[in-house]
Amino acid sequence: MTTSVFFGCTFIAFGPAIALFIFTIARDPLRVIFLIAGAFFWLVSVLLSSLVWFIAVQISDKNSASQQKGLLVFGVVLSVLLQEAFRFGYYKLLKKANEGLLALSQEDTMPISMRQLAYVSGLGFGFMSGAFSVVNILADSLGPGTVGIHGDSQHYFISSAFMTMAIILLHMCWGVVFFEACEKQRWLSLAAVVVSHLLVSCLTFLNPQYEGSLIPAYMIMFLMGAWAFSCAGGSLRNLKLCLTCKDKDFLLANHRPR
Amino acid sequence: MRPELAKTAIILIFSWLQNGAAGNSVEQKIYVELNHTVPCVRLLNATHQIGCQSSISGDTGVIHVLEAESDVDWVLSSGPNPPYMVLMEANFFNRAIMMRMKGSPRVAGVAVVIPKSGPPQGFSPHNSCPNEGTGVYSDSYGPELAGCNSTVWNPLGNSLSYENFNFPVFSLNDDNETEVIRKCFREHNVVRNGSSPQFPLCAMQLYSHMHAATDTVTCMRRNNIQNSFSVTPEVVCDAINDYNVWGSVHPLNNSAKGHKEGESVVIAAARIDGRSFFWDVAPSAEGAVAGFVTLLAAAHALRRVTVEAPPTRNILFTFFQGETFDYIGSSRMVYDMENGKFVINLDNIHSLLEIGQVGLRSGSRLWLHSDPVSRRRNSSVDAEVEKLVSNLQSVAKNLSLSLAEPNVSQPLPPSSFQRFLRARPIPGVVLADHQSAFNNRYYESVYDTAEHLQVTYPPGLSPEEQLEYVTDVAKDLAEVATLVARSLYLQANGSEANLPSITADPMTVTQMLYGFLVQSNNSWFQALTSPDGFTLEPHPLQYYVGVSGPPRPIKVTTRLVQYVLANLTGTATNLTQSQCQNPENLEGENKELWSYLWVRGSVSSNSSQGEAYCVRASVRLSKAVSPAFELQDYGSRDYSTWTESRWKLIRARIFLVASRELEMLTLGVGVAVLLVSLLVTYFISSKADLLFTSSREPTSTTY
Repeated sequence: MTTSVFFGCTFIAFGPAIALFIFTIARDPLRVIFLIAGAFFWLVSVLLSSLVWFIAVQISDKNSASQQKGLLVFGVVLSVLLQEAFRFGYYKLLKKANEGLLALSQEDTMPISMRQLAYVSGLGFGFMSGAFSVVNILADSLGPGTVGIHGDSQHYFISSAFMTMAIILLHMCWGVVFFEACEKQRWLSLAAVVVSHLLVSCLTFLNPQYEGSLIPAYMIMFLMGAWAFSCAGGSLRNLKLCLTCKDKDFLLANHRPR
Repeated sequence: MRPELAKTAIILIFSWLQNGAAGNSVEQKIYVELNHTVPCVRLLNATHQIGCQSSISGDTGVIHVLEAESDVDWVLSSGPNPPYMVLMEANFFNRAIMMRMKGSPRVAGVAVVIPKSGPPQGFSPHNSCPNEGTGVYSDSYGPELAGCNSTVWNPLGNSLSYENFNFPVFSLNDDNETEVIRKCFREHNVVRNGSSPQFPLCAMQLYSHMHAATDTVTCMRRNNIQNSFSVTPEVVCDAINDYNVWGSVHPLNNSAKGHKEGESVVIAAARIDGRSFFWDVAPSAEGAVAGFVTLLAAAHALRRVTVEAPPTRNILFTFFQGETFDYIGSSRMVYDMENGKFVINLDNIHSLLEIGQVGLRSGSRLWLHSDPVSRRRNSSVDAEVEKLVSNLQSVAKNLSLSLAEPNVSQPLPPSSFQRFLRARPIPGVVLADHQSAFNNRYYESVYDTAEHLQVTYPPGLSPEEQLEYVTDVAKDLAEVATLVARSLYLQANGSEANLPSITADPMTVTQMLYGFLVQSNNSWFQALTSPDGFTLEPHPLQYYVGVSGPPRPIKVTTRLVQYVLANLTGTATNLTQSQCQNPENLEGENKELWSYLWVRGSVSSNSSQGEAYCVRASVRLSKAVSPAFELQDYGSRDYSTWTESRWKLIRARIFLVASRELEMLTLGVGVAVLLVSLLVTYFISSKADLLFTSSREPTSTTY
């Protein structure tokens, strides 16, 4: 297709992530650093899983279709588990780093809270995984052609973009819920994050039935979003207050000196 | 590292690289590459550019297959999705339709499906009067004959090869790929019950962007600017050039150029190139191969007799390259002779016999063309031509051939001999199978193939058996070769008593026809050629002259003619390979008189490798670069100024294109998503205090 498709898909996939970055991350250098570190951790996890995948493919029988399919499922599961393991590793690291920051800090409060870190690192994971899943597709969307000469759906580009958007937002939510679960040592919540990640990743096996993968993925995204919202201290009451602008302290709060 | 481990690692890395080279799978989902295509490229001369080109990023259009006349209107006026990429059968590939396409902005490009055999009514994309501007006839030399005024040599010629198209034209040579395109067209683009086809539509993209433009003067100036000012010069065009092949019966001292005292030479000439509409596709079976194979066979027939009873005059066999493009080879040789840069000069020439198109004679009749102007003006030339004609006719009497002269006012057909006549009146004759217009219905076209020349074999023969199978054409050409050989011997003052012993071997002729027309990769050519530097291939050779010179090698057809001529006229020596390369200090050997070629030798039944040996022959190459480039006169009217543009990418692929609406919808959704998320995020972040207040950690979200 053409540049219009390229920009359309880019905006769909990264629009929310860019908006979040501009309004919540970009103004604080510490958050930018933790975002990039999060992205790096995700990258390392993918490096490891690709290494395992590479070896597994070499060992396997390339002519057996069922074996290759099984290998793909194995690769996805392994990659998800590795990603979550690295998320845990990153949590541990941040925990240590935060103590260090506290020690260095002049004030007696931490410069960045654990919840903010959860959100920032989740978005970092999301950015990198989103980039990895869609960049090659975006590159090909610049050419004159669209998918379909072999009978595939021509909505491939736009559905890939929507899936990427969901994955990015999901990573953000998972980050928040995961860190909260670690803080509170609620291992069941942690398992729920891993399982939902697995579920979303395996939903992509339904492609090219895009509605079959996109609709459940978005449902899970909204659920995780709600959960993350509550983890971050949100509640229905707050939301109502906010939407109806009934908060008396709103103006005051906004003008509170930093 | 243990060796097994290292080996495994290397295998792993290599297989990974191979996977990487296969291209990414998204691209494979979108595009189908067409690998068996040949483009039409841009050529330039002193005043014009001809050929085709695409824009720099390739031209894309919705495919439409021409199946009926109404499809032409669909493409040119009524179709709703221009521009169109036209896929046409060869029967639509004619001047009328192509010129309508050329004038329309609704055509993005043309792909032509080339069948195996040509249309029965004939097809020639060449001029109807080939090389009219650089032949001998002009306003000052036989003005009544200039520009094919009296005889149109190629009446079927529609000059398509000499048009300039601003869109790419490709030929599709693979049936499977054509079927893939047709299938894509049928599934997506066919008009069903009157309604226009629905998106996505099947489209094709052709890349053939040419670097040169306007004419040779311009492109050579650009080359010079690049060469003098740029660190990494990007040459935009190259002079069309290669090498002539020549050999002589008595060796000529190659280091002494210019006039040879006491040397009188009969020149026997043929051309070894052709062209077609598409780049590097030029089977030229009748156009060139029949003629030069005949001359090679004649040279072979003369080998023994010229050793046992050498004639007093020398015979020079010349094979001119680039004759299609305004006589590059012959004009260069004449230029070199005039300027003392060739082993002989024009004074040494006694007479000239040129073999034209001789493969398609009707019955036993051949025609002897001569130049009426020089015969009229110069009585001694007329007498010599008379003698040459009578020599030929006396020889023909003993063969089953009959020779005739066309009427006296007919000019010479397009021939290298015309370039010699431009320099001075030299007696000479052009031997051809046509009285006036060519018998060749496919002159300079892709259909001038082995089948056209009837070089066909009974079914079920293996390649080796085909190589040894003497076809009727081979017998016919061997007869012509015998005629040529005997006439040359007579012309060189040889004794008439020796004539019966001069006969061309039909087996050699059939082997040559097989090698030059069917496939060059055969045991006979392998035995005759040197072990390195030859890429013999299992498909027909192409005779488009192209561009040679460093770093590009000499054209393979030129070298094959050189090696075949050397083997057929030279002698095998027992020199070693190193002596063969440098025979200067050996007694009886002389690098100035002979050239020494190391050849593979024939493979005997009990060994896989032949006995390689050294051939000594007076066969050499001489440059076939137009004198215009030597003189740097790029606007020359006397010499060929043809150049070939350079290009970076030749590529063709098909894919589906989405409708403009879907593309815009995608963009709209994208922009909407971006704006909505910007708004929502701003809203949330501005009210974060409110949203994320919890009793548990009141200071957590201070923005």
